[in-house]
Amino acid sequence: MTETLSQLRRIATNPTLSFKQKEHALAVAAENMLPYVLLDAETRAALDARIICDMYEGNAPYKPRYVLPDYGMVLKNGSAHLELPKPATLDEAINTLQIAYHHVPSVTGMPVFIGHLDALLLPFCDGVSDDELYRKIKLFWRYIDRVLPDAFLHADIGPTDNRVARAILRVDAELQQVAPNLTFLYDPEVSGEAMLRLCTDNIIACSKPHIANHPIHREVFDEPGYAIVSCYNALPLRGGAASLSRINLKKVAEASAGEADFLDVQLPRYVDLNARLMRARIDYLFRQSGFFDGNFLVEEGWIDKDRFTAMFGIFAMAEAVDHLQDLAGRTGRYGHDATANALGHRISARLAELVDREPMEHVWRGGAMLHAQAGLSSDAGTTPGVRIPYGSEPDPVSHVQALLPHHRHYLSGVSEILTLDETVRANPEAVFQLAKGALQLGFREFTANVAGNDLVRVTGFMIRLSDIKLYNAAKGSRVNTTALGAEAADTVHILERKPRVVGLELMAGSGV
Amino acid sequence: MSDGIAAVSKFLTWSVVDGPGNRFVLFLQGCNYRCVTCHNPHTIGVCSDCGACVAVCPSGALTKTGRKVVHDPGPCIACDSCLAACPTRANPMVRRMTVADVLALLRRNAPFLNGLTVSGGEATLHLDFLIDLFTAVRAAPELAHLTLFIDSNGHLPAEGWQRILALTDGVMLDVKAFEPERHRRLTGVGNDLSLASAKLLAEAGKLYELRFLLIPGETDRPEEIAALADLAHELGPETRLRLNAFQHHGVRGPAAGWPAMPRDGVEAAAAVLRAAGVADVAVPSVWLP
Repeated sequence: MTETLSQLRRIATNPTLSFKQKEHALAVAAENMLPYVLLDAETRAALDARIICDMYEGNAPYKPRYVLPDYGMVLKNGSAHLELPKPATLDEAINTLQIAYHHVPSVTGMPVFIGHLDALLLPFCDGVSDDELYRKIKLFWRYIDRVLPDAFLHADIGPTDNRVARAILRVDAELQQVAPNLTFLYDPEVSGEAMLRLCTDNIIACSKPHIANHPIHREVFDEPGYAIVSCYNALPLRGGAASLSRINLKKVAEASAGEADFLDVQLPRYVDLNARLMRARIDYLFRQSGFFDGNFLVEEGWIDKDRFTAMFGIFAMAEAVDHLQDLAGRTGRYGHDATANALGHRISARLAELVDREPMEHVWRGGAMLHAQAGLSSDAGTTPGVRIPYGSEPDPVSHVQALLPHHRHYLSGVSEILTLDETVRANPEAVFQLAKGALQLGFREFTANVAGNDLVRVTGFMIRLSDIKLYNAAKGSRVNTTALGAEAADTVHILERKPRVVGLELMAGSGV
Repeated sequence: MSDGIAAVSKFLTWSVVDGPGNRFVLFLQGCNYRCVTCHNPHTIGVCSDCGACVAVCPSGALTKTGRKVVHDPGPCIACDSCLAACPTRANPMVRRMTVADVLALLRRNAPFLNGLTVSGGEATLHLDFLIDLFTAVRAAPELAHLTLFIDSNGHLPAEGWQRILALTDGVMLDVKAFEPERHRRLTGVGNDLSLASAKLLAEAGKLYELRFLLIPGETDRPEEIAALADLAHELGPETRLRLNAFQHHGVRGPAAGWPAMPRDGVEAAAAVLRAAGVADVAVPSVWLP
């Protein structure tokens, strides 16, 4: 008990956390004073050994990890619960959304999804001039960054080339804000190459947007579709993800006698245990927490209880492959050697097959979705998802080629961060071609950082290098995710490499 | 070397500094210049199988098999000890590649590429290979979107250019110096061919970029910059000029002790050229600390 109290005191007196940040951290600590959801002994042991991991979501899941409201409902109908009339003008629509965001829960305490903004706002833009639209979006963008300063907060635009998407890209490059994070849903049949070029030019300016392969995602989801949220998770719209638990593939490899034992014995065992962990947590959310009962989000159709998936995460593919290569007496390393890469691809295929066999009650379509998980700030000695270890990545083209065969298996998201050196600023055509090639060959998402930008992507969320410097000088930061970035900068040494990005991660209780 | 095979020092699937967009770059081994300021001196010579490198290889990647030096990429740790030991500025790690080998690499990476640039060494030393390669690329429908570029010092007579130019989209040409004695001192060769190539390529509309390396006390002198401006005028108003700055990276021999070219010197030369009416002057986009 004294340990718990001193933990609470450390939060309460932490000079670098704001009032809001303390409130959230105290709530997480309080939840974790409750007993953990009921687990069998074998699952508990694997969790304690952190071979499987619950992302420190909390002992008593009382809200889904990620909530993706269908904001179209409140724009179309208004809200009886919130006493909001149906909006008629662009100002009213934006105002309605700003109010709506405050009623959307998530693991971070802030919404991770703020809507397909162009599709939502276009119907209100008739008679609004381009200049007016630009100025209104700019104020909206400033509001989001200052009032909801969390880099996991994610806006989607596309796949059409339209006025609102263009205004958003213009404002986003101009303001260079951490929030919101941004994804363009690219469809070569619909978006057009001019729009893709605009996106890659924006990447050179501010390392955003992230570009999702819309045709590939679309075929995974039924109506009303999907959204990309938080750290590039693809999830059902009007639902989301109930929970995310993950397997540390490095530890599974270390428990294996060799490749065959890994694929045929150990991996099936830990997939089973992780599925048990997920079932227990999801059961608590759906049957005990009361989240969905009498919830106006459900009653007014913003979310549907049947549209929450379960994210089955894995990470440390690189370390697992290298360990199995060592056991086989092979020197080739993951990301660089064809044999090592092929072993990684076999592991991903096996994972997809195993996860497919695990039924899950309560969740969308009755089964979990495989996810290449991007890490926590406390992870040491492991590489996020299926990525290639920091500092040893090959050139961007070889990088994409090495990882491409993984992508088809990770239906709820897989992201690589390609780091491009500063010389691409003088040659934006090259970034365009790289993105086009990657998407054409089946990369689910294209994400790049350009060296020399103050805005840098850590795992999937954005941080400002200048914020990290301030934070480390104990001045605190206005933005929630800076603390995570700073923690990763210290523990994973992510910023010591040149223009390196981070494979950053998350603090306990927060979300990637 | 012809018969559809070339000695390849290195290839890249990602380069943003060798022409427009992302380029597949093929570095062919061997050069007809002996630049004291060369930053890739190991691309100059051709291996004589003397075996000096085998003795210093720490990983066992190099062996002498019969009369030949053989490199095994498996155990190679890329320490470059062999390059430092080579008396002929060659590279025992070069691989012999056929046109078909290069085409296979291009096909595999085609969606990511805007084009192919052949560099060196001196690319035009392998003129027959270039012709075979470019002809094969032009004949491949799945490679139709690639532009074909050559990076050259211009030491090729007009008859040579006539054989390759119809297949080529653009040439990046390095002029090393204008004063003939200086050119000879810096490269071991005269500059008549190089200057004639600049004019020939500009007239044919194939000069993508004229490049000039600024070396303190040598090519940054006012008379050299003035001659560069004159040449740019003669070549035409659309001439694209790129100034590079001499750095120590990779340089061997006495020039390693020469001062590096400072940024303000490059900016000053660019200002002089712009004032002289050369519209398109590019300077390095990144400066090393």
